[in-house]
Amino acid sequence: MADSAGLSADLLPPRFADWFAERGWSPRAHQLAMIEKAQTGRDALLIAPTGGGKTLAGFLPSLIALADRPRTNAPNGLHTLYISPLKALAVDVERNLNAPIQQMGLPIVAESRTGDTGVSRRQRQRVKPPDILLTTPEQLALLCAWEGARLYFESLECVILDEIHTLHASKRGDLLALDLARIARFAPNLRRVGLSATVDDPEVIKAWMARHGPAVSLADTSAAAFGESEEQGCAPQSSPNAGVAGGSDRRGRGNASIDLVRGPSGAEPVVEVLLSEGRVPWSGHTAQHAMQEVYDVIKTARTALVFVNTRFQAEFAFQELWRLNEDALPIALHHGSLAAEQRRKVEAAMARGELRAVVCTSTLDLGIDWGDVDLVIQLASPKGASRMVQRIGRANHRLDEPSRALFVPANRFEMLECQAAREAIAENKLDGDPPRVGALDVLAQHVMGCACSEPFDLLALYDEVTSAGPYRALPWEDFEQVVDFVSTGGYALKTYDRFRRIVKGLDGLWRVRNLETAQRHRLNIGAIVSPAMLAVRIATRRGGGGRKVGEIEEGMVEMLEPGETFVFAGQVWRLVAVTNLDVLVQPAPAADPKMPSWGGSKFALSTYLAKRVRQLMYDQAHWQVLPTDVREWLEAQRDRSVIPEENEMLLETFVRGRRHFMVCYPFEGRLAHTTLAMLLTRRLERIGAAPLGFVCNDYALAVWTLNPLEGLDFSELFNEDMLGDDLEAWLAESFMMKRAFKGCAIIAGLIERRFPGQQQKSGRQITFSTDLIYDTLRRHEPEHLLLRCARDDAASGLIDVARLGQMLARIKGRIRHAPLEHLSPFSVPILLEIGKERSPGHTGETMILREAEEDLIAEALQ
Amino acid sequence: MSAPEALPAKAFAYDYSVAECGSLRTSVGPAEVMLRSSGALWMAAERALVVADLHLEKGSSYAARGQMLPPYDTRETLSRLAAEVAALSPTLLVLLGDTFHDRKSEARLAGDDAEGLRELARGRTLVWVIGNHDADGPRALPGEVADEFELCGLTLRHEPRAGAQAGEICGHLHPAARVKGALGSVRRRCFVTDAERAVLPAFGAYAGGLNVRDTAFAGLFLRPPLAGALGRGRVHAVGWRSLVGD
Repeated sequence: MADSAGLSADLLPPRFADWFAERGWSPRAHQLAMIEKAQTGRDALLIAPTGGGKTLAGFLPSLIALADRPRTNAPNGLHTLYISPLKALAVDVERNLNAPIQQMGLPIVAESRTGDTGVSRRQRQRVKPPDILLTTPEQLALLCAWEGARLYFESLECVILDEIHTLHASKRGDLLALDLARIARFAPNLRRVGLSATVDDPEVIKAWMARHGPAVSLADTSAAAFGESEEQGCAPQSSPNAGVAGGSDRRGRGNASIDLVRGPSGAEPVVEVLLSEGRVPWSGHTAQHAMQEVYDVIKTARTALVFVNTRFQAEFAFQELWRLNEDALPIALHHGSLAAEQRRKVEAAMARGELRAVVCTSTLDLGIDWGDVDLVIQLASPKGASRMVQRIGRANHRLDEPSRALFVPANRFEMLECQAAREAIAENKLDGDPPRVGALDVLAQHVMGCACSEPFDLLALYDEVTSAGPYRALPWEDFEQVVDFVSTGGYALKTYDRFRRIVKGLDGLWRVRNLETAQRHRLNIGAIVSPAMLAVRIATRRGGGGRKVGEIEEGMVEMLEPGETFVFAGQVWRLVAVTNLDVLVQPAPAADPKMPSWGGSKFALSTYLAKRVRQLMYDQAHWQVLPTDVREWLEAQRDRSVIPEENEMLLETFVRGRRHFMVCYPFEGRLAHTTLAMLLTRRLERIGAAPLGFVCNDYALAVWTLNPLEGLDFSELFNEDMLGDDLEAWLAESFMMKRAFKGCAIIAGLIERRFPGQQQKSGRQITFSTDLIYDTLRRHEPEHLLLRCARDDAASGLIDVARLGQMLARIKGRIRHAPLEHLSPFSVPILLEIGKERSPGHTGETMILREAEEDLIAEALQ
Repeated sequence: MSAPEALPAKAFAYDYSVAECGSLRTSVGPAEVMLRSSGALWMAAERALVVADLHLEKGSSYAARGQMLPPYDTRETLSRLAAEVAALSPTLLVLLGDTFHDRKSEARLAGDDAEGLRELARGRTLVWVIGNHDADGPRALPGEVADEFELCGLTLRHEPRAGAQAGEICGHLHPAARVKGALGSVRRRCFVTDAERAVLPAFGAYAGGLNVRDTAFAGLFLRPPLAGALGRGRVHAVGWRSLVGD
C-alpha cells in the first residue's frame, strides 16, 4: 500500500471502510485515486489488468455519492450509466455490483437493460429509471432516439465505459462516442470514466472518450482549415448557442481533460511455447499433432481455458480432446454459435468450479468474472500480442500470482510467431489499434436518431457531433451531406424532396417526418451487421424444426449437402434439409464427419508481431529458442534458398510440373496478401505471363503461371502504383465492395434489417437485393456517400489496403529475388494449401493430399 | 422438394443452341424463340420483343414509405430496354405485366423517363399486358392494354395459369437460378421452360429473384424444366439437376 500513502484512506466513508475491513481487504491505490478524481470532478481513464478490482474502482465513487443521496418525493433520476460491450458482461456486473450494495445495505437500485431484458422491466426502466443503469451501446442509442431522452439523462452524473479498448476502434465505438456527446449535452454535470485493459497507447483512448471543443479542433487543423471554411461562406465552428448548450466549463479542453489512472501491473505472466519436439507440422491450423500434450497439460491444471481462433477450430479441438479423454474430465465447449441457454449452462458450471477445461473462442476474451482459471492455452497462432495479454489475463484473478499460459503452434511459421509473441509479452510490448475516423454511415444513423428524439438545430448538432472523438475533424461539408442523405437519400437527382424523412420546420429546426418513420428507425438501430445466421434445429418426424441447437452462418451451410454429416455444438449431425431460416438436422453416428476447414484465422497477424517474426527469422543466434525440426527447416531454407533480411521481402521463382511459380513472403496477413495476389494476377495477365491461380496464407502468397517469370522486372511488378487504377477497377467489381455496401446501407438506414419471423411465409424473395442497388447506384452516381463509405470499409476491413500500401513502400528496392531449381522449404506450407482451398471434405481426397504432402517435403529436402 | 421431381424423370432432350449473340435459341410450343442475355424474349418471325416485370418506379415507391433507394432504377431499366429495341428494331413490343411497381408509379415518372417510354412506342405496336401491380394499365402513356395476348399460337399473359400449360409465355414469378460449384455458388436471374411454356426473368433493375426450386414453381411444368441463366453477354442453359435452392 506504499503508493496509496499519498491518498488518504479517509476518502472512503466509514460504511465503506468497514465493508472492506470485514472482508479483510484494503482499498487499492487506484480505487482511492478514482474516488479522488470523482471528488475533484475530473474525467478519468483507469488502465488496469483483469483482476485488479477495476470494475469496483469504476463504481465506488457512484456508490459513495448515492449512499448519501437525499431522498425526495420525486424519483431521483438516473445517476450513473454503465456501458459494456457485451450483454452478458452487463448482466454479470449487475450481479457483482449488487453484492456490495446489499452487504452494506445501501439504498441504491442497480439494474441491467439489454436486448434480452423483458418488455415490462424495460418499460418500467423508462418511466422510473434505476439509480445505476447497466447497458450496451445499442440500448444507449435506442434510449437516445426516444422522445424524452433529454429529460431521461438530465440528472446523469457519471458514465462508465467498460472494456473500452475493445470498442473504440470500431463502428460500435463511433456510435457510442456520438451518443456520449449527446448525453453530455443533456447532462451538463456528466463525468466520464473509462475502464480499459492494458493498451499500447492510452492517448488514443483518451482522445476517443474526451469531449472535444471547437478550440481544440481549430488548433488541430491549423489556421488554414479555418480560412477554408470561412471562404465557403459558412462558419460552423462556433454556433451562437454552443457555449450555453454545452456547459462552458468543460468545453474547449480537448483530451487534456481526461486524467489517466494506472492500476497495479500485477505479476509477470509465465508464458511457454509448446515445442512438440520433432513433430511440428509443415502446415495446417488445427494443432492436431499436439492434442495429447494439451490434454496432459489440462490434467495438471485446476481449470484451463483453451482458446482457439474460429468456431470450427473450437469444434475440432473439443472433439479431439474428448477422443483422448480417458479420465472423463469435465471439458466443455463455448462459442458464439451455440444456443444462448447452452452457453449460460457452461458459464454456470464454470462459476461453480465444476469444469476442468473449456474450449472457447473470443466470446470469453472479455472480463466476465467466473471460475478459478489457472491456465490459459492458446491453440494455433495468437496473431497479436495485445489479444494474447487479454486472454492470458483470464487466468488467475489474483494479482499477486502470475498467470500461466501455454502457446500451441499449429505449424512451423506459427512456431516463429508464438515465440515472437512470447518475447513481446515478456517485454510488455503491445500492438495497438490505430485511431480511427468516425464512419459516415454511423453518423447518418445517429442524426436520424437525434431527429426521432427531439427537433435539432443544424449548427448545434454539428458542434455536438464534432465534440465526439472520432468525429472531431469532421468537415462541415460531410456533415451537410450526411444530413441530406438522412433526409432524402442525398442523390444528385432530386426527386425525393417530397418524401423527406426529416423536415426543416418554420422554426428552423429539423424533426422526423412522422411517428411511423421514427418507430421504423428505432427498430434498425445499432452498428453491428452480422452475416445471415440460420437456426440449427433437430428435425421432427413431420419434417418440421424442433429444439434449437444453435446458429450457423449462411455461408457455412453452403458447403454442406443434405445427407452429409458435420460437427456442431460438440456433436455429430446429419443435415436433413435447409428451410427458410432453419437448418434441420438429426443426430448421427460419429463416423468420419465433415470438418469444414476454415482457412485459418479471421484475425490478421498484427503488424508489430509480423515485424518481430521477421527479426527472429533473420537472427540466427535467436534460433536456439526453436525446436530442432523447425531449426533444421530454417537451416535448409538458408542453404537451399535465402533467409531474407529483416526489411527485405523474399521472392522465389521456380518451375514445377510445367507451371511457373512465384512465391513471396510479406508476412502481412491473409487479407493484405489476398488483395496483393488479386492485383498481381491482373498485372501478370496484362504482361502476358498468363496466371493460372494463386493461394495465400498469413505469411506468404504463391502465384502460378503458364509462361516463365524469370525475366520480369519484379520491382516494377510490385510498384505502389498498383494501388491506384488497378485497385479501383478490381474493387468496383468485387464481391467485397458489395458486402461492404450492404453493411453500410443497413447501418445508414437505406435498407432495413431483416428480422427472423418477418420473412414471407412462401420464402418469396419480393424484397430487392442490395447487389442490384449497388450496381445501379455505381453506374449512375459513383460518388454517392454510401459508395464512399463502402469503399472506405472495404479498403480497411476487407482488403487491408493501408497495410498493403505500407508493405509496398517498405519493400521498395528491397525485393530479394531467388531464382530456384526447385521449391524451397519455406514454400512447402503455402503450396500445401493449394489443394486444401479447393476440396473441403471427402476422405479419398484427404489421402491423396497426404500423399502429395510427403512428396513435396521429400522434394524440398533432397 | 417441389413437384417436378415427383414427375417421371425420363430424360427429355431439350432442343436448343447458343446463337452468336449469346442468346439461347429454343422452341416453346409451336414457336421458335430466342432467350436473350438481357432477359428479353425475341420472336424473330413476328419481330416481337417481350419483356416482363419492369417494376418501374420501385425506388420511389420505397422512398414514399421512407426508404430512400437510389432514384435511378427507372432510367436504368428503360435504357436497357432501349438498347434491346435499338439492336432488334421490333415491330411489336410486349410489356408482360407489372411494368409499373404500383398504381401511382406513372404519376411519379420523371419527365424524361416518360418521354423515353413514348419514344419506345413510336413506329411500332406497344402492348401493355396488365399484371397484379399495375392492374389499371397506363393512363397517359401510349400503347394498347390487354389482359392477355395471342401470338404465333402462344398465349402471352402476366401470371402463369395453374398446372402445366401448353403454349404460354408469362412473367410474374421473377425466376432465379442458383448453381453450386466447387468454390461457391452463383445466383442469376433466368428463363425457365419445359418447351411447352416459358417463364421470363424480371427485367426491372430492382426486381428481386425467386429461386426456381421454390414451391411457387411446383406443378407448372410437364417435366424437369431447363433454366436459361443470364450471364455476361450470354445465356447459360442449366439442367434441373444442377440447380439448388437458396
